[in-house]
Amino acid sequence: MAQTTESAVLARPRRQYQAQPFWKRALKRPEAGALGGAILVFVFFWVMAPPFRQFAAFTTVLYQSASIGIPAVAVSMLMIGGEFDLSAGVAVTTSSLAASIFATEVAGSLWVGVLFALFFSLGVGAFNGWLMIRTKLPSFLVTLGTFLMLQGLNIAITKLITGNVATQDISGMASFDTLKTIFASNITIGGAQISIAIVYWAIFVAVATWMLLRTRVGNWIYAVGGQGDSARAVGVPVKTVKIGLFMGVGFSCWFLAMHLLFAYDTVQSGAGIGQELLYIAASVVGGCLLTGGYGSAVGSALGAFIFGMTTEGVIYADWDPDWFQFFVGATLVLATVVNTWIRMRATRGK
Amino acid sequence: MTPMKTVTALALTGSAIACSAALFAGPANAEEKQLTIAMITHAQPGDTFWDIIRKGANAAAKKDNVKLIYLADPTADKEAQLINNVVQQHVDGIALTLAFPDAEAPAVKAAQAAGIPIVGFNAGVDQWKGQNLLGYAGQDETVAGRAVGERLTNEGAKNVVCLDQQQGAVQLEARCNGIKDTFKGKMEVLYVTGYDMPTVKARMQAKLQQDPSVDFVVTLGAPFAPVVLDAVKAAGSKAKIGTFDMSPVAIDLIAKGEIQFAVDQQPYVEGYEAVDMLWLYHTNGDTVGGGQPVLTGPFFVTKDNAEAVAKFAKVGTR
Repeated sequence: MAQTTESAVLARPRRQYQAQPFWKRALKRPEAGALGGAILVFVFFWVMAPPFRQFAAFTTVLYQSASIGIPAVAVSMLMIGGEFDLSAGVAVTTSSLAASIFATEVAGSLWVGVLFALFFSLGVGAFNGWLMIRTKLPSFLVTLGTFLMLQGLNIAITKLITGNVATQDISGMASFDTLKTIFASNITIGGAQISIAIVYWAIFVAVATWMLLRTRVGNWIYAVGGQGDSARAVGVPVKTVKIGLFMGVGFSCWFLAMHLLFAYDTVQSGAGIGQELLYIAASVVGGCLLTGGYGSAVGSALGAFIFGMTTEGVIYADWDPDWFQFFVGATLVLATVVNTWIRMRATRGK
Repeated sequence: MTPMKTVTALALTGSAIACSAALFAGPANAEEKQLTIAMITHAQPGDTFWDIIRKGANAAAKKDNVKLIYLADPTADKEAQLINNVVQQHVDGIALTLAFPDAEAPAVKAAQAAGIPIVGFNAGVDQWKGQNLLGYAGQDETVAGRAVGERLTNEGAKNVVCLDQQQGAVQLEARCNGIKDTFKGKMEVLYVTGYDMPTVKARMQAKLQQDPSVDFVVTLGAPFAPVVLDAVKAAGSKAKIGTFDMSPVAIDLIAKGEIQFAVDQQPYVEGYEAVDMLWLYHTNGDTVGGGQPVLTGPFFVTKDNAEAVAKFAKVGTR
């Protein structure tokens, strides 16, 4: 048996790379399992909940997914690079607060506030990366520290400057309408409101996928996450890549923060806690490994979409609200099990 | 904040304190010794509502020449631990929220054994007497819920959603249950997770798409009312909105007629009364309420009185 296989291989011209059928290659992608899970959840609620079948319901689900998905894109890239960011949830609130407070109390201009928040968020990301590299502590610990510090700062600074724990309503300020159009406008198609956040989400996923698969930086990200020391040995700028990834998370937090600020006008300084776990969960459901070096941006989007479908689907199905979180958790576990099963089947053997 | 704004804010807070001082003028300074009073709550950090309670407490402390220690933790065991902590500091009185009556009971007993007078406020309207507290200032959430239920029936609502931002919190559940008691139509609860506004909007929208006959939504916290308004518009629903508690934005929307009402439990008064009760007990041996809770609400803010209330909400005291 072995003899025949060997001779068969020898008979043909030897090829380094054996082309596999398209479906087999597709199934081996990190996001394949998540796609299976997403389809399963979608079909499930399509059958169980008639209101889920409307187009308007689909856009509502997408909006919920986008609010997790936008930071999750950057978080998944960071996780491929082998690091965690627990501060991302609160950092979103920090960024909205920074923009709102800087605009109302210091600069008097929303544009300046928005730019200030951008630099601030990138700064928080850079700080996370720098501190992790300087102290050589695990990113889990460093960003846990940042998470708690930001949580305290959000409340303390807001209270110190405005005297209250929520920011002022900014909707009366100059250029609010322009900024709202940029960050938080709605497009109506077929009677359903589509938030522009969904469009940006798609763009972020596309750009991140291109970066990861088609650029040198993308290769570096996989390399530092998979084999950090080897990557350094072959000349990959490991430190720069990691700091850059943290700053990427900062950027995505800023972007979501601007959406929240211009969509909801005021910010509660206690908001955002716990969201970081959803970003990480979306990435992991989407195929990222907790150990780094493996995953995809599309996967994080599918993870966020599964989460969005589940939380909204439970409402469309009109199940007993007391059981809400249970149903959400159970559906997520189910989706992830299917996801892992598909991945196992696809990557086993050839 | 610019220094000028700080001065203005201080001046406004000052004038608010002066107003309330006139309303609640107690006996003149009877003694020189400064009392230390601890206020312990189950506040979530960064919540506007609790900040107003604290402002009321500060106002009373200032007027009564009391040193106020303010501590808060939203979990049962930690709130109980805070009580033990201030007993060890030998404070002259404790004002606390009985949000977790069973968990707090041993600490309350220990404080009473140490001779420290305790008053309750905000949470624990059914438990404060059982734990021998001196008095209680707050809103009976069930009473408030019932008042809302009656109002909804009168406004002709048929199908109501009660939006609860913290599943399992007894005082919030009491509100929804109160509505259920007196409301003559169908009522359902919708849970959301705190201040995650896109989730609030998406879940509300999903509910309205799932059941288009919903004609009234009651939110249990004011920051959620404007978001629900967004969701109602996005879903093309005709549902009207009412809310528990207040925020400047919500009051603006009430004045514009976009939100129907807000149920104010007057948190400023709760904080103020709690401290003042302890001060009265120390300086004059008084107890307040005659064995009954001192009810600070429900007070309905509607289009008719929104303007009068708005100016206090702007400075963050209502």
